[in-house]
Amino acid sequence: MAIHWFKYASPASFYGLAGPMIPWFAGAAVVTTLLGLYIGLVLAPTDFQQGDSYRIIYIHVPAAWMGMFTYLVMAGWAAAGLVFNTRLSGMMVQALAPTGALFTFIALWTGAFWGRPTWGAYWVWDARLTSTLILLFLYIGYMALRASIDDPRRADRAGALLTLVGVVNIPIIYFSVKWWNTLHQGASVKPGSSSMATVMLTGMLVMAFAAWMYTIAISLARVRSIIVEREQHSAWVGELLVAEETAGTSGDVQRSKGETAR
Amino acid sequence: MNWSSFSDFLAMGGYAFFVWMSYGVTALLVVAEIAWVVKQRRQSLARAQVQRQIREWSST
Repeated sequence: MAIHWFKYASPASFYGLAGPMIPWFAGAAVVTTLLGLYIGLVLAPTDFQQGDSYRIIYIHVPAAWMGMFTYLVMAGWAAAGLVFNTRLSGMMVQALAPTGALFTFIALWTGAFWGRPTWGAYWVWDARLTSTLILLFLYIGYMALRASIDDPRRADRAGALLTLVGVVNIPIIYFSVKWWNTLHQGASVKPGSSSMATVMLTGMLVMAFAAWMYTIAISLARVRSIIVEREQHSAWVGELLVAEETAGTSGDVQRSKGETAR
Repeated sequence: MNWSSFSDFLAMGGYAFFVWMSYGVTALLVVAEIAWVVKQRRQSLARAQVQRQIREWSST
């Protein structure tokens, strides 16, 4: 009955575990993106106040949620890495950062192109916008800090510390529309209630789910490259590389690795 | 179905520039990230392979 959680904290087991999961999450991301775009761009009616400019919501809100949530996941791994001193934790933080930064940038970018027709400005120094910009800087700061430290284990610890200090920004972003007077509208979706029409809400939630699936797929794929880079002197990566050399294709390696990891 | 024609859809009720700048750049960035991850995978395997071969040759 006992599940050996720490077994999967070893990069070798996680590498084998992650490989077969990637196509499933990637497939789910493709299907839900197409479904969400169909609901949002084709089925959903025009908004009576904002016209069709509101359709930016199907990217903007899921991207903003994902940008914040990815940071929380990073902070969770960072804390686990500092407490348990596991190598995988630092690798996961490293793998998640670029995708978190990407979604945060997309949230800011789409927000600008929604703000222009709605507020008359691409950018205002408003609490919600400014705190989200700080989130983007935190992601960039983490990546720059990592890049400046040669020893990956030291980079893990320094990066984890930075990530944990920065986590205070997440509640600030979330509650900024309540705490300060702001141009940005309040939350349309709260636990238990929503001020949106059902079809619009459905489209947005499907797109949010798609963003989740995409983030999981891409960060699992990225962490596998990081594992190969950082564990390349270990015996199991050596076996993997011998298998790859004989097979000649990386596709076969992924599969054979899945077997040998167990 | 909210649209009467495809050009109606593209026009986005007069907000075409804002809507398609949002969707277009998002699509571009997502495709770029996927390409980057694929390239990173190939490079990490290739580099590790070279390192391993150097170790093998130097030990024999």
